[in-house]
Amino acid sequence: MVKKITTNKISHDEIIKAESKNLNFFYADGTQALNNVSLPVYENKITALIGPSGCGKSTFLRCFNRMHDLYPGNRYDGQIILQPDNTNILSDGVDPIEVRMRISMVFQKPNPFPKSIYENVAYGLRVRGESNKRSLDEKVEEALKGASLWNEVKDRLQDLAFNLSGGQQQRLCIARALATEPEIMLFDEPTSALDPIATMNIEELMSELKQKLSILIVTHNMQQAARISDYTAYMYLGKLVEFDATNQIFTNPSKKETEDYITGKFG
Amino acid sequence: MTIQNKPAANKNLNSIRKTIANHKRYDFIFASLGTLVIASLTITLLILFLDLVIDGYPRFNLDFFSNFPSRRAARAGILSAWIGSSLVLLVTFIVAVPLGITSGVYLEEYAKKNWFSDLIEINVSNLAGVPSIIYGLLALGLFVYSFGLGQSILTAGLTLALLMLPIVIVSTREAIRAIPVHIREAAYAVGATKWQVCHNHVIPYSYGGILTGVIIGMARAIGETAPIITIGALTFIAFLPPSPIGLEPPFLNFEWLDSGFTVLPIQMFNWISRPQHAFHVNAAATGAVIIMLTLLMNGFAIKLRYNIRKKIKW
Ligand SMILES: Nc1ncnc2c1ncn2[C@@H]1O[C@H](COP(=O)(O)OP(=O)(O)OP(=O)(O)O)[C@@H](O)[C@H]1O
Ligand SMILES: [Mg+2]
Repeated sequence: MVKKITTNKISHDEIIKAESKNLNFFYADGTQALNNVSLPVYENKITALIGPSGCGKSTFLRCFNRMHDLYPGNRYDGQIILQPDNTNILSDGVDPIEVRMRISMVFQKPNPFPKSIYENVAYGLRVRGESNKRSLDEKVEEALKGASLWNEVKDRLQDLAFNLSGGQQQRLCIARALATEPEIMLFDEPTSALDPIATMNIEELMSELKQKLSILIVTHNMQQAARISDYTAYMYLGKLVEFDATNQIFTNPSKKETEDYITGKFG
Repeated sequence: MTIQNKPAANKNLNSIRKTIANHKRYDFIFASLGTLVIASLTITLLILFLDLVIDGYPRFNLDFFSNFPSRRAARAGILSAWIGSSLVLLVTFIVAVPLGITSGVYLEEYAKKNWFSDLIEINVSNLAGVPSIIYGLLALGLFVYSFGLGQSILTAGLTLALLMLPIVIVSTREAIRAIPVHIREAAYAVGATKWQVCHNHVIPYSYGGILTGVIIGMARAIGETAPIITIGALTFIAFLPPSPIGLEPPFLNFEWLDSGFTVLPIQMFNWISRPQHAFHVNAAATGAVIIMLTLLMNGFAIKLRYNIRKKIKW
């Protein structure tokens, strides 16, 4: 990536948490959904992916937790290097489950399990073999607090999760993803099914979360990207068009296509 | 005044209403036809059932359930038949349910999708429709002669289990497929293994559908006569198999598996083929018992399924 040092906000002491290198991705039917995408995710920063529908944002995001492995015939080509251990998480030798234990994900539509609120948050811990009641209780509470849901649910942890409102459900999913102390959290349009207040809550939440971890978020909402992210990547037709500090992208993009998209002339 | 606008708007509105009324005719026709079909089916079943109950009414007393069959119709009862049916169904249940669920989960979650799995899929679906006498023949050759299990409760239970298996497998797979992708992905996304996903999510969320299959299968098994006759069940039995539960350790014994037996539909068949009317009364009473058992099982299943589904929503 060529950086224009003069106006650029990418300071040189940013730490790279993960980096995709020449990433190509092919769906089982042969569709190439990603074309040579190289993109860093900086530590304790929010990186937003924007671009028109179908450009490959979700596909890119789902490479980071090897979600594509769930369906036969999908193929990665290239690397995603996770730091500090310098592991290529796409390599055949790396177990996708190990990757998912380090990188968690929040989906577009709230998808709580049809279990109690408590069990939803505890599930990630149980999967890791945690069975001590006391420690589970503590971590569930901590995660729910981290997702600013604790006050609303502390008296009804045993209630079924789908009795919560949509915004609460999404925060519950964030708590579930948070409980396992991931290094990176992936968000795929997490607020697109929510009203403005719930959206605002979750945006504030993400800004707090980045103190502890790194965030990669797909959003359709340009204002959202501008509001919360530190870096923004614009994708089009499976390619990365431009990546830069967010205010750079939104005030002075270097590519004409990016500008057209951001100003609404296209997309 | 805005009255000038009104006629035009009205005309428009009228034509919309007419179109809707036109389209709704199909709703009406379909609903009427459906009601008619359902009503005639229910009424037929009800009449059959009532007929059996009225015919068999004189025999509805405790003696009927606690007496062995006898040459004297008035003293004959269904003790050996209902105990035989219960034990056979117990074997069927214990074999078919775990095997069916496991196969369904394996085929849906673990098996690689290729021509071979397609072949299995087609086979399993077709097996559910194979006439039951074929299973009887298979069982006669396999269980009775090759394995030497004899004409026992075990053989009958295994035979009916074969019959029930495809139903359980198909319903398990249907239930699993109904689980939304996003729930499954949520489980994998926190780092669960395939087994953890199956064990903690896929199987529990499928209970409702699996249960339906199990009950349909059991209801079918309880009334099956042909395969049981084929393997050579006795028609006149005046003894009980050894009790499965003992009073001394180890409290369980398995000799009953090896015992001769009869089942309700065979007992009924036996009585109906006698010339004396008094035995026909017994047959009718037995028929009513079978239908009531089936209804009871179905009712129980519906209640259970309702309770399970109440807790699951996506
Ligand atoms: N399972 C699949 N099989 C084949 N092609 C797919 C599959 N999923 C997505 N695609 C294709 O890959 C491309 C990228 O899809 P992707 O879902 O990543 O887009 P997106 O940028 O997230 O879009 P949106 O903003 O609408 O969510 C699209 O052209 C899409 O048609
Ligand atoms: Mg998407």
